[in-house]
Amino acid sequence: MSTPLLSIQGLTKAYPGVVANDNVSFDIGEGQVHALLGENGAGKSTLVKMIYGLVKPDSGSMTWRGQPFAPPEPRVARATGVAMVFQHFSLFDALNVAENVALGMENPPPLRDLASRIRDVSETYGLPLDPSRTVGDLSAGERQRVEIIRCLLQDPKLLIMDEPTSVLTPQEVEILFETLRKLKAEGTSILYISHKLEEIRSLCDHATILRLGKNVGECVPAETSARQMAELMVGDTLQTPTRTAQDGGAEVLRVQNLTAKSGNPFGTSLKDISFSVHAGEILGLGGVAGNGQDELLAALSGELLTTPEAVKIRGDAVGHLGPNQRRGIGTLAAPEERLGHAAAPNMSLVENALLTGAIRKSLTKNGFVNWKGTKDFAEDVITKFDVRTPGSDRAARALSGGNLQKFVIGREVLQDPDVLIVNQPTWGVDAAAAAAIRQSLMDLAAKGAAIVVISQDLDELMEISDRFGALNEGRLSTLRPTAGLTIDEIGLMMGGSHGMEVAHIQEEAGA
Amino acid sequence: MDLSAISPTLLIASLMVAATPLLLAAIGELVVEKAGVLNLGVEGMMIVGAVCGFAVSVETGSPYLGILAAMAGGAILSMLFAFLTQFALANQVASGLALTLFGLGLSALMGQSYVGIKPPAMGTVDIPVLSDLPVVGPILFGHDIVLYMGLGLTAAVWATLKFTRAGLILRAVGENHEAAHALGYHVVRVRILAILFGGACAGLGGAYISLIRVPQWTEGMTAGIGWIALALVVFASWKPWRVLLGAYLFGGINVLQLNLQAAGIAIPVEYLAMSPYLITILVLVILSADKSAAPASLGRPFHASH
Repeated sequence: MSTPLLSIQGLTKAYPGVVANDNVSFDIGEGQVHALLGENGAGKSTLVKMIYGLVKPDSGSMTWRGQPFAPPEPRVARATGVAMVFQHFSLFDALNVAENVALGMENPPPLRDLASRIRDVSETYGLPLDPSRTVGDLSAGERQRVEIIRCLLQDPKLLIMDEPTSVLTPQEVEILFETLRKLKAEGTSILYISHKLEEIRSLCDHATILRLGKNVGECVPAETSARQMAELMVGDTLQTPTRTAQDGGAEVLRVQNLTAKSGNPFGTSLKDISFSVHAGEILGLGGVAGNGQDELLAALSGELLTTPEAVKIRGDAVGHLGPNQRRGIGTLAAPEERLGHAAAPNMSLVENALLTGAIRKSLTKNGFVNWKGTKDFAEDVITKFDVRTPGSDRAARALSGGNLQKFVIGREVLQDPDVLIVNQPTWGVDAAAAAAIRQSLMDLAAKGAAIVVISQDLDELMEISDRFGALNEGRLSTLRPTAGLTIDEIGLMMGGSHGMEVAHIQEEAGA
Repeated sequence: MDLSAISPTLLIASLMVAATPLLLAAIGELVVEKAGVLNLGVEGMMIVGAVCGFAVSVETGSPYLGILAAMAGGAILSMLFAFLTQFALANQVASGLALTLFGLGLSALMGQSYVGIKPPAMGTVDIPVLSDLPVVGPILFGHDIVLYMGLGLTAAVWATLKFTRAGLILRAVGENHEAAHALGYHVVRVRILAILFGGACAGLGGAYISLIRVPQWTEGMTAGIGWIALALVVFASWKPWRVLLGAYLFGGINVLQLNLQAAGIAIPVEYLAMSPYLITILVLVILSADKSAAPASLGRPFHASH
């Protein structure tokens, strides 16, 4: 075999209390798409930061085409030919696209030439982008294009992508993969970090699997099943969530002709939504993001007030009650946005536990906080949901996305709600943790709670929900039992319930 | 009341002089805030600059050396702020307030032996032909060098922020310091340089008061100009030309109301005295209706952790 582009030998990096990387070695060949696979906190990000010169390894070495390679800072790595697209975009909202690109380059041309080069590259790789737009106004997919174009303009030999698809729609993922395949065909090596196994199977030539900072195996993704890779990653056989079938319980949540205007000027208003959820039942709601998911959660949790009769819990009209009053009657919710909505970023996990748990867990008395009880509750969540953190006094923002997600879901589940509404419960969470979260939702339902799961992940909804519906432009399709539902039918439901009616008529006419 | 005693030519010429200390301090603070640092110590750096400039001018007899000393004095004091906020990660608001109080006390101590002395005068720039023009000559071309420096600095800061790579990096650091760090820029280094520049500008503004505008030394003679400069930067939406506009507006109304007081106009002195503050803030609030946002990282401490 010829000299690899980048060879990593025995890289080790320890932080106080945790060894992020322990003697990690692997090679990336020229023109190879190499996957780096691992759970949240397995040390993937630390490893690529060492390659990019942001973090210095404690020991170990790297070679670049046979030459020693130890970048002291990112500009050296960039000059060598390493480019990186970050998980949390390293973009400047108030600056325009061209300025953002210029900041990522060593010797940028004058802005006018740069604008035309951005247009050229964006056309060549099928990534349309206007250089003069302000980055703050762009969608997540467009922002990622800015990062990718910034990298491509430097003609990289090795492109590092840290969980690039976690914020993209399926269509945007397809566009991204086309671009990456094109780059590979031109001889660029790609180091692709993800925990989405199907993506890695379709894109990558070779995979290195990290677990708790150690290299635990390598494989050729195309020849390995997703299940085998997941088990390598977790180091254990993967538990598929299971549940026992439920007989229909009493109706707990009823939504009747819910119409509400979105609080956000760019949001979708809810239009005449009606459904009911029984005790022990999980209702799955799908649909493309931005079709009223956030608003429906807000209306059910009490953030968005409606007419009293629109939302009923056990027959009582509660549409006019705020979130704390609804918590008092056992209705809890976990919104999609972890930082800033589900959790206060700069407050500790204990304080965050208090924010939603105060009422049901009786953590306050006469206006005074029972800190001991709150700490116990937070640590209970951390233990039962396997939240990896050095302690409950850490700020919410210091946790990785997947770990914080486990915390915010666990915080609601452990309050034993009668009604639980969750939006994107496993977004950005690795396979094992996602399975654990789903299992906890099912267990909660088995205990008699009524659960509404709003999600973009259709497989997840098919796996855990009893009935399925889709949101489309603020309207809800007819609800149907999940068992026996085909992907085509789901697609029609997501496209709008009217479309489904038409399809049925055509089928009957054809038959 | 004798309004005819107010000469428009003199009025405009003196408003430029009155506005310059404010302009200098505000332009310096604008650069500091664009880098994401909120330094509330402008008043303290100005008064230290004022006393340093005054003392060195008197001792050496050269107002130019005095100006250099003022810039150095302001910059040295700002280094204290830079150390506290960038290395010790102290709270920027508290550190800035402490800097002002410290500067006021330090300057009073340093200036004890200089009260009542007259500093050497700084000559005006004499431009042949232009300075001799009627009306325009005395208004625009009969001033000292520092006043022109203030105007030049405004243009230079504007052009640097808008057109140069250094300006782009400065704005990037102020906008999102974590992203700037991830791209390999030295956030702390950029911020320290910006803080030093702000300190030098504030010191120069202070010396302009003690050496040219008044010219003498009295304790606390900056009289809140540093605070006005801080407000001006915000109301000017972090835009250099609006800072210039605001400073001249403030200076102009100040000079006008002093003239009106002297002319014995039948408005209570208190109302006249508050008018520059009211009108400047009103105009800039109306101008800032375009919702230009503050640098997103303004006032947030940065520590490179991975």
